[in-house]
Amino acid sequence: MNPYYNAEDLKKFGKIGEFQETLAKKFFDYYGEVFAEGALTAREKSLIALAVAHTVQCPYCIDAYTVDTMEKGCSEQEMMEAVHVAAAIRGGASLVHGVQMMNKAKELSM
Amino acid sequence: MKSLHALQHELASTSTQLDLLEEGVRDRLALPLFQQKMEQAGLFPLQATGVEILQINVGKMCNQVCKHCHVDAGPDRKEIMTRETMEQCLAALAASDIPTVDLTGGAPEMNPHFRWFVEECHKLGKHVIVRCNLTIIVANPKYHDLPEFYRDHGVEVVSSLPFYNADKTDRQRGTGVFKDSVRALKMLNEVGYGVEGTGLILNLVYNPAGAFLPGSQEGLKRQFKRVLRDEFEIEFNDLFAITNIPVSRYLDYLFSSGNFDGYMEKLINAFNPAAARGVMCRNTISVSWDGYLFDCDFNQMLDLPVDSRMPQHISLFSADALNNREIVLHQHCYGCTAGAGSSCGGTTA
Repeated sequence: MNPYYNAEDLKKFGKIGEFQETLAKKFFDYYGEVFAEGALTAREKSLIALAVAHTVQCPYCIDAYTVDTMEKGCSEQEMMEAVHVAAAIRGGASLVHGVQMMNKAKELSM
Repeated sequence: MKSLHALQHELASTSTQLDLLEEGVRDRLALPLFQQKMEQAGLFPLQATGVEILQINVGKMCNQVCKHCHVDAGPDRKEIMTRETMEQCLAALAASDIPTVDLTGGAPEMNPHFRWFVEECHKLGKHVIVRCNLTIIVANPKYHDLPEFYRDHGVEVVSSLPFYNADKTDRQRGTGVFKDSVRALKMLNEVGYGVEGTGLILNLVYNPAGAFLPGSQEGLKRQFKRVLRDEFEIEFNDLFAITNIPVSRYLDYLFSSGNFDGYMEKLINAFNPAAARGVMCRNTISVSWDGYLFDCDFNQMLDLPVDSRMPQHISLFSADALNNREIVLHQHCYGCTAGAGSSCGGTTA
């Protein structure tokens, strides 16, 4: 079995406290509160999480928030648009550094 | 698309379904059987709390062949309740103080005695719920006046709409179903259903179009309200989020898509004792097209009749006896006890 990124490992996330219970409890309490209904709906938060999951390229998070957005009644179009938001920010983050390149190139050019 | 019954599919056999469910839970997943889970929660045996709803399945004939249908209904199903059996149901209702009659199918409207039966239930002063698949209203001119008929008999309409767009709805319920459902919903709205102040109740049923659980009923209702109002000018009262139960065609979908183990594991891990305490079988009796009695429509489709010590047929109905029965349980019951719970009226916890 491949020791890296096993889909089955996602189910073990809740047992992360086995090695450090106090911090795990604090994390999961915080996590639960973050995703509760608030100024943003739980649905909106789930779509944000799906986008961020693609940004951090965490396969566990992608699986988890694909299911979560589906459970919350998001359409496939909404889900893919969220992924494009992540892609646009990542792409933009690379591209905006082009300004730095241009600055340096102009500095060195006649 | 044909029913599993017409295809002579192995899952048309209820004993095969029950065996596969039990083998899957006990042997492959190595998880507790439903009875063990209920024992651990101190809920076994599960006792009925009374009979408040008589849910009558007036036949398996339907104009749709939905991929998730636990009835395995469709145009090729000919099992239809006779007027004689309906008269036995009316006698049972007249002799009891059961307040609600819940009519289901198939498409209940396809039963030739449907309108007469609704009228008679209405005359008895019962609250009548019809589980209308919407598309039947526009399927044939003879059904176009159903909204007026429902209105005139104070019927509460409960209709399935698994999603607020055509893509997912049609994948589950058949090509063109969303468009026809929208048309039917507009016809219901036109006579006052779902419109504030009319008292005419139109509730929608959401069930996931795939192998996942429904999210928050309140969140789904908010989203459906917004999209149906903004994009289609449709109003409705409430939305019931229902979990797909691993029975019949949905069970077939789970197996053929490779999702059975994952789905059952998810249901079992989400077992919620509070949801289990609120399951609808505790206050419901389900009647089959041929008059036999079950704890719920799912048990009916799995040929799991009420406790053998109880009257088995509507002609022998006794509310006093059935009020104190033990509910018959099997592995599919995990579907109603997961998360916020599931019933014909939505969440239970």
